[in-house]
Amino acid sequence: MLQLPLVVTAQVDLVLVLVSLLAFWTRLSRLSYPNAVVFDEVYYGQFVSLYMKRVFFIDDSGPPLGHMILAFGAYLGGFDGNFLWNRIGADYPSSVSVWSLRLLPALCGSLCVPLVYLLTLELNFSHLAALGAALLLLLENSLIVQSRFMLLESVLIFFVLLAFLSYLRFHNAPNSSWSRFSWLLLSGASCAAAVGVKYMGVFSYLLLLGVASLHTWNLIGDHTVSHCVCRFMCLVVVPVLLYVFWFYIHLGLLSHSGPHDQLMSSAFQASLQGGLSRITQGQPLEVAYGSQVTLRSSASQPIPCWLHSHRANYPVRYENGRGSSHQQQVTCYPFKDVNNWWIIKDPGKQKLVVGSPPQPVRHGDVIQLVHGMTSRFLNSHDVAAPMSPHAQEVSGYIDFNVSMAAQNLWRVHISNREAESDVWKTILSEVRLVHVNTSAVLKLSGVSLPDWGFRQLEVVAEKLFKGHSSVLGWTVEEHRYGTSQEQKEREAELHSPTHIDIDRKMSFWAKFLELQWKMLTVKQEDSEHKYSSSPLEWITMETNIAYWLHSSTNAQIHLIGNPVSWGVANLSLLAYQLLAAVYLVRRRRGIKDLPDAVWCRFSCLGCVCVGGWVVNFVPFLLMEKTLFLYHYLPALCYLYVLSPALLEHAHTHLLSSAIQRQALGVCVSAVLLTVFLSYRNFCPLTYGSPELSANQLQGLRWRETWDILYRHR
Amino acid sequence: MAKGESITQWNKSGDTSTLRNRKSFPTSAPNTPVSKGQSCPTGNDAQSSNGTSAQFSSRLSDRHMCTVLLVLVVGLSFSTRLYKITEPPHVCWDETHFGKMGSYYINRTFFFDVHPPLGKMLIGLAGYMTGYDGTFPFMKPGDKYEHHNYWGMRGFCAVLGSLLPIFAYLIVLELSRSETAALIAASLLIFDTGCITISQYILLDPILMFFIMAAVLSMVKFNQQVYRPFSASWWLWLVLTGVNLAGALGVKFVGLFVILLVGLNTVWDLWRLLGDLSLSLVDIAKHFLARVVGLILFPLFFYVTVFAIHFVVLNKSGPGDGFFSSAFQSRLIGNNLHNASMPEYLAYGSTITVKNLRIAGGYLHSHWHLYPEGVGARQQQVTAYLHKDYNNLWLVHRQNSNESQSPTPDLVRHGDIIRLEHKETTRNLHSHLHEAPLTKKHFQVTGYGNNGTGDANDLWQVEVCGGQKGDLVKVLRSKVRFLHRATGCVLYSSGKTLPKWGWEQVEVTCSPYLKETPSSQWNIEDHINPKLPNISLSVLKPHFLEILLESHIVMIRGNSGLKPKDNEMNSKPWHWPINYQGLRFSGVNETEYRVYLLGNPVLWWMNLASLGLYLIMVAVASVALQRGFSLSQKRKEHSHVLMRGGGLLLLGWLLHYAPFYTMGRVLYYHHYFPAMLFSSMLTGITLDILLKSADLLLRPPYSDWLQRAGQLVLLFTVLHSFYLFHPLSYGMTGPLAHEPGSSMAGLKWMDSWEF
Repeated sequence: MLQLPLVVTAQVDLVLVLVSLLAFWTRLSRLSYPNAVVFDEVYYGQFVSLYMKRVFFIDDSGPPLGHMILAFGAYLGGFDGNFLWNRIGADYPSSVSVWSLRLLPALCGSLCVPLVYLLTLELNFSHLAALGAALLLLLENSLIVQSRFMLLESVLIFFVLLAFLSYLRFHNAPNSSWSRFSWLLLSGASCAAAVGVKYMGVFSYLLLLGVASLHTWNLIGDHTVSHCVCRFMCLVVVPVLLYVFWFYIHLGLLSHSGPHDQLMSSAFQASLQGGLSRITQGQPLEVAYGSQVTLRSSASQPIPCWLHSHRANYPVRYENGRGSSHQQQVTCYPFKDVNNWWIIKDPGKQKLVVGSPPQPVRHGDVIQLVHGMTSRFLNSHDVAAPMSPHAQEVSGYIDFNVSMAAQNLWRVHISNREAESDVWKTILSEVRLVHVNTSAVLKLSGVSLPDWGFRQLEVVAEKLFKGHSSVLGWTVEEHRYGTSQEQKEREAELHSPTHIDIDRKMSFWAKFLELQWKMLTVKQEDSEHKYSSSPLEWITMETNIAYWLHSSTNAQIHLIGNPVSWGVANLSLLAYQLLAAVYLVRRRRGIKDLPDAVWCRFSCLGCVCVGGWVVNFVPFLLMEKTLFLYHYLPALCYLYVLSPALLEHAHTHLLSSAIQRQALGVCVSAVLLTVFLSYRNFCPLTYGSPELSANQLQGLRWRETWDILYRHR
Repeated sequence: MAKGESITQWNKSGDTSTLRNRKSFPTSAPNTPVSKGQSCPTGNDAQSSNGTSAQFSSRLSDRHMCTVLLVLVVGLSFSTRLYKITEPPHVCWDETHFGKMGSYYINRTFFFDVHPPLGKMLIGLAGYMTGYDGTFPFMKPGDKYEHHNYWGMRGFCAVLGSLLPIFAYLIVLELSRSETAALIAASLLIFDTGCITISQYILLDPILMFFIMAAVLSMVKFNQQVYRPFSASWWLWLVLTGVNLAGALGVKFVGLFVILLVGLNTVWDLWRLLGDLSLSLVDIAKHFLARVVGLILFPLFFYVTVFAIHFVVLNKSGPGDGFFSSAFQSRLIGNNLHNASMPEYLAYGSTITVKNLRIAGGYLHSHWHLYPEGVGARQQQVTAYLHKDYNNLWLVHRQNSNESQSPTPDLVRHGDIIRLEHKETTRNLHSHLHEAPLTKKHFQVTGYGNNGTGDANDLWQVEVCGGQKGDLVKVLRSKVRFLHRATGCVLYSSGKTLPKWGWEQVEVTCSPYLKETPSSQWNIEDHINPKLPNISLSVLKPHFLEILLESHIVMIRGNSGLKPKDNEMNSKPWHWPINYQGLRFSGVNETEYRVYLLGNPVLWWMNLASLGLYLIMVAVASVALQRGFSLSQKRKEHSHVLMRGGGLLLLGWLLHYAPFYTMGRVLYYHHYFPAMLFSSMLTGITLDILLKSADLLLRPPYSDWLQRAGQLVLLFTVLHSFYLFHPLSYGMTGPLAHEPGSSMAGLKWMDSWEF
């Protein structure tokens, strides 16, 4: 039965609403200016385009959720992916809705401000402190710049703050209410999202887990254990599942083959539409005697390539005076070529065609490999290889009548036969070719040959018993049953493309694991960037990043933080640590300065804020990748929560007299005013307008190490 | 192992739960209280005075038992390590480095190595004492020693290596008060083929591990003295800890990890003292100062002394000169800067070498190679090079190339504009607005022009640091900066190593940031001008502390410069605990005498399993305590040993293992051995307590049987696995393991093992 009267009572925190509105205004106004590619938009943009075209790619910089969020914004704006992201500063055509590309990061960036407000409240500090934190975040130029473009830091910060806020909501809620577990669930989901946006989120997640397990540990002593399992589900199981789910969507969306295919295994490539699968569709599955195959090296370093030979011999003498066998070169060639075809021959028979029924090659069988175009046998012998003299040379055998017998028998060793089968299968089996006479293994050495070898990669045979190594493995990629016995016909056959139809499936888990592994292990050449910096420079903001410069005027956008708030943050970090040390030592000596509840609140503040700063900063000191100032922003946000809370603590617990408190109030107002003024001062570099004269720009260069660009007129 | 049925008596004291010295009793007198009981191996404590005669006799038999066990451990340890010490009679693996460096000490030639000197000094000393004359060249592994006395150096390392199981025995006994645990730990080390192999050769590792274990032992003993602060034995163990820490650091920088372990233990100890409200602040300050003296100042003094001896002993010029500054080199007899004689002031027309003032900065260098395509302009490379080379020579010219014809050449002054021409290639030192190859914020420096004609970008302004316009440039003494005229940047050595195309020399750039740092300052080292008289220059002899600092920075640079090569299979930290792959010490082929460094796989895998077991047991114990279950006294003691003693060892293992994951330098299998010592000791404690908890499963008589049976199985496993794998250490000949008829047939359990 309906109870009447129907009444809705709402309490609206007007301050919260006001700061939120201001945040939206600072982050969202004139979002489509500049109408040009700004800094890393050029990097993320290419992935957005690939999402729009549903083309597979692999990016080692982070998991796919962040890219997907950006792509979602682009999708809402009707972006079709047809834009060439090739340089910073290129103008967007009118068909691209710049506003929608940048909308989602900007929204996340604006929402950080109310989140910080609420987080301070959940840490049990007053509304005034919350307002202070929100204002510091609101007037931070670097956060504004980072939010206003198609970049991921603001999204990461948003999810991290949301995770902590919802966890603290859960923790502070009364024990009885079951609705608080929805907060816990939200916290777990936000953690998964944070990790899904950037790997750096892992560290915040671990911190949250640490805090949560500390709380749970205290509960264990409580004897009313029931919801430990529930916590575990929400904070560990759910995030892991969600993380995998991001990949599920990612792989579901990207179904077409693309530029990064070659980094993946043949089986993975075959599961993508187009590319390899177009070639391999309908190939016979089992490799048989008489099969024509191309053999791809399992190593993707330095470059994916196929076993290759051509009508050119090893030079009689190398540059360094060593001799060779002068037989035909065998190399690894990174492009598709008719010279990549090899025919599998039964040593006991003469014919090079597949019998009927086809006789499959199994693990342990001995075969010969005949080069399709030149009919030379793959051979190895005790001659030092051209570039790696400790290994044996591999050649196409030519009989020069110099008492060098052919040693062209190879034993097939299928290294993944437990997972697949004993029979050599196209694409699926990874095979090692063991030279029968010397028991050396065919190996891609990865060294480029000099000019006589056309700069192709060297292939050697090496005696070694070291476990698994991808340079030893080879997979059959293209495959067909040979039908022509005559050399001429066979050449024609090799030139013709292969086609028939079967579908090869790869399970989601196999794809997920392979993709995740590749993302973590693929290394891009790290070189210093003009604006890269070292972590220690971030604390004092010795460095800046020029994001954009107008093509004809001096209007420009820089990632420069608000120096005053930056200083406040550093001071409060230092002050907290000193204060905590003093309190700890005094407590240890039995002098309790603070009541237990206040001490608890104070240490909780430290765990979240100082801990958050540490986990988001210290790992960078150990990293060997190219780092930029924007990597510091998540750590900085924690400090902005810390500063006002610490001031409130000082106000209530350290200052006794009214005069001191008034003085503190005055100081705080003065600092806030300077924060605002310095924000105003740097606004032209934050928003890119109005244009400044060279002198004004010179005036903004507060540090000698900042690079501010002047256009020569 | 007689302590199976004994119950240990624990005294807890006051607010802290720290263990006092305690005593094992046979079951005949289980509940007799004893004050400050005394375990047998620590014979330096006062005897307890209130024991009954029965206890006294039992103590005597205990003591007897302990002595027997200790003697057994000592005997086995020494015999396994010293057996076949002279085999094989040729240079094995890194003996080629460390043996050579021992010879350098005997010959007093200066060399450079990435490790601190103590280990090599001891090796040299051992060789010297046993009649080795330093003449063997140690060229490469496999060289025959022939008549040279090498056994002394090997024997010295083996003796130190033999002490490791003994130390492990004492440490575990101290931590757990259980002879069984101590014996398990010691036997794991005695019968580990890896430990044996690594102790038998001229290497730094046995020396390093000796100091590490000695430091841990002293620290544990010191912890035991907690109720007698400032007594003689308290001081003794404190100082011994300090000395051993300094020793560990003096052998290899890995010693830092044990310093960290002791440091954390000390901080914990001080924190406990701080919470002890019965102590006044003055007492606490005394404690603090005693530790500062014993653990910081004294070791520091010892460490510095080691370096002082190093510099005094090595006073002849040798292969390591170029790594060091001009001032440093002037100390070495035979170096061209020792009592150098050259024109005093820099003049036009002179041939010079220019050395960067950054520590371990090189000579300004160029050669007949261009920057590759895509790296700035395709002009000739200019680098910094650490070795002396004719390509380091440069000619000083005026801005306009007409040299003055006067008989005495003009001197270069502060503010002058000069051109530097590379003598060999006649290119000018040049810079322009292209990005430098590695430091993208700087500009590229190249060699440009031909026969001295170039363009305006070849002009550099000379500035003497701290000088005024018109000052002369003193050779060797003046710090000089070279400012590029056209762009205003300053010649700079970034210290980054160029890739292969730059021959792995050091990058030279032109920095637009004019801050004065040693990287942008240079000095003139060689100065050749026939028109000027040579004057004998006394280079400012460097202060000892400067030498010390310099050699440290050079060592650290050298260490981080040891990058893995692309084509080498390099070892990863996760390989180590699973014993994935060993190291070939000697011999490859069937006919050769082969020694392969590989831990006894059974023991190593047992260690790994015990780590997991330990974590589970601690988790169970701490949850039980947190939930407030009422546990029997024995159970509480066990969890206490697990958490305190085991925790310390686990921390030691972590500190000696985890940091390798963050290291960029090339890593080897033998880096795991210090961690493995801690892991074995932890296994001793874990397995002992596991077996003692047999009564959770079975009732008393049966549980004792189970415990005894478990100990026997363990003993048998250790001995049998040692029997199986002992050829790894003591040498194999004949066919390889994967062929029939080998002594290791059927034992190649992992494909990655290479024997």
